[in-house]
Amino acid sequence: MTHETDPSPPDERRSFLTKAAAIIIGGFVGFVPFAAGLATFLDPVFRKSNASKALKIASLDSLPADGVPRQFPVVSDQTDAWNQNSNQPIGAVYLRRLPDSEMIEAFNAACPHAGCAVDFKPNAGEAGLFQCPCHKSDFKPDGARLDPETCPSPRDLDPLPVDAEKLKQGEVWIEFMNFQTGPERKPIT
Amino acid sequence: MNKLWEWLDDRTGYKHLVNEALYEHIPGGSRWRYVWGSTLVFAFVVQMITGTFLWMAYSANSKGAWESVYYIQYEMQGGWILRGLHHFMAQAMIVLLALHFLQVVIDGAYKAPREFNFWTGLILMKIVLGLSLTGYLLPWDQKGYWATKVATTLMGLVPVVGGDLQKVVVGGADYGHATLTRFFALHAGVLPGLLLVFLGIHMYFFRRAGIHAVGADKRTAAYFWPDQVLKDAVACLAVLAVVMLFVVKGFMFPPQEHVAGVPIEAHFGAELGAPADPANSYSAARPEWYFLFLFQFLKLPIFAGHNEIYGAIVIPGLVMGLLFLMPFIGRWKLGHGFNVALILALLLGAGSLTFMALREDWSDDGYKAAVADAHVQSLRAVQLAQQGIPDGGAISLMRNDPKTQGPILFTRHCGSCHAHQPVEGLLAADPLLAATKPPEQSSAPNLYKFGTTEWIAAFLDPHAQKLATATVDGEAEVAPINSLTFFGGTAHIEGEMASYVTDTIGDEAEWTPDQIEAVVMALANESGVESQEKLDADQVAAGRTLLQDDNRCAMCHKFHAENDAAYAPDLTGYASREWLIEFISNPAAEKFYGDNNDRMPSFYLDPHQPLANRIQKKELELIVDWLGGDWYEPEAIIESEKSLESVQVLPDE
Repeated sequence: MTHETDPSPPDERRSFLTKAAAIIIGGFVGFVPFAAGLATFLDPVFRKSNASKALKIASLDSLPADGVPRQFPVVSDQTDAWNQNSNQPIGAVYLRRLPDSEMIEAFNAACPHAGCAVDFKPNAGEAGLFQCPCHKSDFKPDGARLDPETCPSPRDLDPLPVDAEKLKQGEVWIEFMNFQTGPERKPIT
Repeated sequence: MNKLWEWLDDRTGYKHLVNEALYEHIPGGSRWRYVWGSTLVFAFVVQMITGTFLWMAYSANSKGAWESVYYIQYEMQGGWILRGLHHFMAQAMIVLLALHFLQVVIDGAYKAPREFNFWTGLILMKIVLGLSLTGYLLPWDQKGYWATKVATTLMGLVPVVGGDLQKVVVGGADYGHATLTRFFALHAGVLPGLLLVFLGIHMYFFRRAGIHAVGADKRTAAYFWPDQVLKDAVACLAVLAVVMLFVVKGFMFPPQEHVAGVPIEAHFGAELGAPADPANSYSAARPEWYFLFLFQFLKLPIFAGHNEIYGAIVIPGLVMGLLFLMPFIGRWKLGHGFNVALILALLLGAGSLTFMALREDWSDDGYKAAVADAHVQSLRAVQLAQQGIPDGGAISLMRNDPKTQGPILFTRHCGSCHAHQPVEGLLAADPLLAATKPPEQSSAPNLYKFGTTEWIAAFLDPHAQKLATATVDGEAEVAPINSLTFFGGTAHIEGEMASYVTDTIGDEAEWTPDQIEAVVMALANESGVESQEKLDADQVAAGRTLLQDDNRCAMCHKFHAENDAAYAPDLTGYASREWLIEFISNPAAEKFYGDNNDRMPSFYLDPHQPLANRIQKKELELIVDWLGGDWYEPEAIIESEKSLESVQVLPDE
C-alpha cells in the first residue's frame, strides 16, 4: 500500500496517554467476558464429591472370618451435576474379617498409584495378593505393599474407617472416601 | 530481552504483522464514525469467549440441554453472568450489524472498488442471523422450542426439496436429541468457523481498499494506532456497558414478589423458560424481537394459505438478492439514491412491522395470559429442579407435577361438566389453588376444595340463601346443595340426598348445628385433604358415630362398618386419594352410585387394557393429587400457608 502523504508522527506525550488508555480499556473489555467464563469454569473446585460419608456396606454375618478380602460395591445417593439419583454405585471397597475376630479391615478398591481397580488373587503369594492390572502393583491382604522398593504405588492401599459402634450391632458401616494419588494420603472432598 | 524479540521477529516476522495491523493509514485521522466495524468484531470475540466457556458446561441432548442450562444459570458460580453476556451480546450484535450496514450504504462504501468487501459483509450478516436462530433453540425451553419449530416448519415450504430439507435440519421427522446435536454443531462449530473465514476475507478486502474515509480532505491523516484504537476501545466499552446493564437489570428492577424456592438468579441474566414439552402447547411462542418483523410479515392477510411461500421465502430472497446487487445499482446516476431509499424503506418497513407485532400482542389478553402462565411454569420448573433432577430430565418433573398438570388435565377431562373455582359465599378463594376455565354450563359439582370442611359444610348447609350460581337463570334463593355449585345441574337434585339436606338436616329437632359440624369434621378427616389443626378429635369421633347411625347417614351410606342397607356412595375414606381414584374409575360401581349414577362416565374401567380407558392411570392420579392439593411446595410456602396435607386423626377401624 502506498499513500500520497504519510501521517506525521503524533505528539509523544499525548500519544503515550492515548496508548495507555487504549491498552487499558481494550484489555478491560476483553477481560470481562473472560473472567465471567473463568469463574464458571472453576466452579467444580468449590463442589463436594459424592464420597466421604458413612455408608452401610454389608452385615457382619455375611463376612466369613477367614482373613480373605472380599469386594463390595458402595451404593449411595449420587449427584452428577444437575442429576440426582439414589442408590447408585459410587465405588468399591474390600472388606476383610480377621480370623476368629469381629475386627473388620476396609480398603478402597482403587490403587493409590493411578486409580485402577485392584483385584484380589487368593492364590498369589503366601496368603493371596491384591494385584493392580494396570502397573502391576502388589499388595498383601492387609493392604501393605509387597515390595515398597519396586512397587509403582507410592503408598499402601487406602484403609477406610469402620464404625465400631455399628459393628457391635452386626453391621459394617464405613466412611467411604476417595484419595488423591501421591505418597501422602489426602482424601478428595 | 531485546535479543529474544529480535530472534522472534527473525523467525516469525511478527513486527511486520503488528505494523500492518496498527499502522493502518487513516486519511483524515481517527473518527468516532469508524468504530462500528470494530464493535462488531468485539461483540463476536465476546461471543467466542463466553460461548466456549458455555460449551464446557452445556449438554446437547433433549434430557440434558435444559438441565445443563439450568445448572449454569442457578448452580455454577457466575453462570448467570456468563449466560447473560452471551445472550444479550448476541442481540447487541444484531443492532450493531444494522448500524454498520446502514452506515456503509449511506456513505456509499459499498461502491467500487469495495464490492467484495460489501458482499462478504452481507454473507457475514446471514451467518450472524443463522447463529441467532440456532442459539435460540439450545436451552431447550418452551420459548426456543416452539419458536424454532416455526422457523424449521417454514423450511418445508421450499419447493421440491422442502420436506427433505426440513428433515435434514431437524435431524429427523420429530424434534429431539438429533435436533440439538445438529443445532449445536451449527451454532458452536460450523457457523462460527464460517464467520471467522468470511471475517478474515472481509478484513482483507477492507484493508486492500483502505478505509472509506468521508470528508478526509480537510483533516490531517493519522494511523490506526493509537487514536482510532482508543476510540474503538471506548466504543467497545460502551457496548459492553449497555449489555451489562441488561445482564444485571434484575438488580435495578427487583421482582415484585418473591416466589419461594426459586433462587434470585431467576431474575438475572437471560431468561430460562420451562423445559420444552411437545405435549404442552405454548401460546406465548414468539421469535426473538429482531425476527418479529418477519413473523408479522407472514401474518399479513396477503400471504394466507398458498401464498405463504411468497412471504416466507420468495420476497425475503428477492430482498437479499437486491441487496447483493447494490454495488451495481450504485453505478447509475440515481443508483445511490435508490439504494439509500431502499435501505431506509426496508428499515422503516421492518420497524413498523415490529411495532405492529408488539402492538397486537400488547392488546391481546390471551397472549398476555400465555406469557404470564409461561413465567409461572418456568418458575415452577426451577422450584422442582431445585430438589434434584432425575435421569428422565426436568420434563419428567413437570409431567409428574400435579400442581401444573392438574389444571390442564382437569380442564381436558373433567372441565366440560365440573367447575373448579371459588364461589362467592360458599368456597373462599385460596391463592395456592388454581381456578380452571369454568364449563359453559356447570352440570356437576364444583370440586374446588373438595374434601375440605369448607366444601362439605357448604354441601350439607340446609339454609336457603341468595346464591349467584343458584340456577341456570342466575340468582335465586336456594340451599347450596340445590345450586349449580353442587347438585343443581345433576339428576341428584331430585334425589334423596338433596331432600334429606333441606328437610331433615334443616330440621333442628333432627340435626343440631353441633351434630352437622361433627359429621363435617368426620368426613373431612376421611379425605386427608384437610389440615389437622382444623379437626377436633372429639368432634370427629362424634361425627363417626353419627355417620354409622342406622337412623341417620347409615340409612343409605356405608361408613367403615358393614351395612347391608347401604345403596348410596360408600363414605369410607370419602374424598381420599384412593376413594377418588376408585370413584372416577367407575362411579357407577355398586359401592358408589350404582344405577343411580347420573351422567358421569367411568374413566378407568379396565386396568388390564390401559388404552381402552378414557384416561391413563397416571393422568387420573395427577388429577386426584391436584384436587387434594397434594404436590410439592418449597418449605417457605408450607410454613407460611396452612398445609393442605394432614395426618388422619383416627386410625381406620
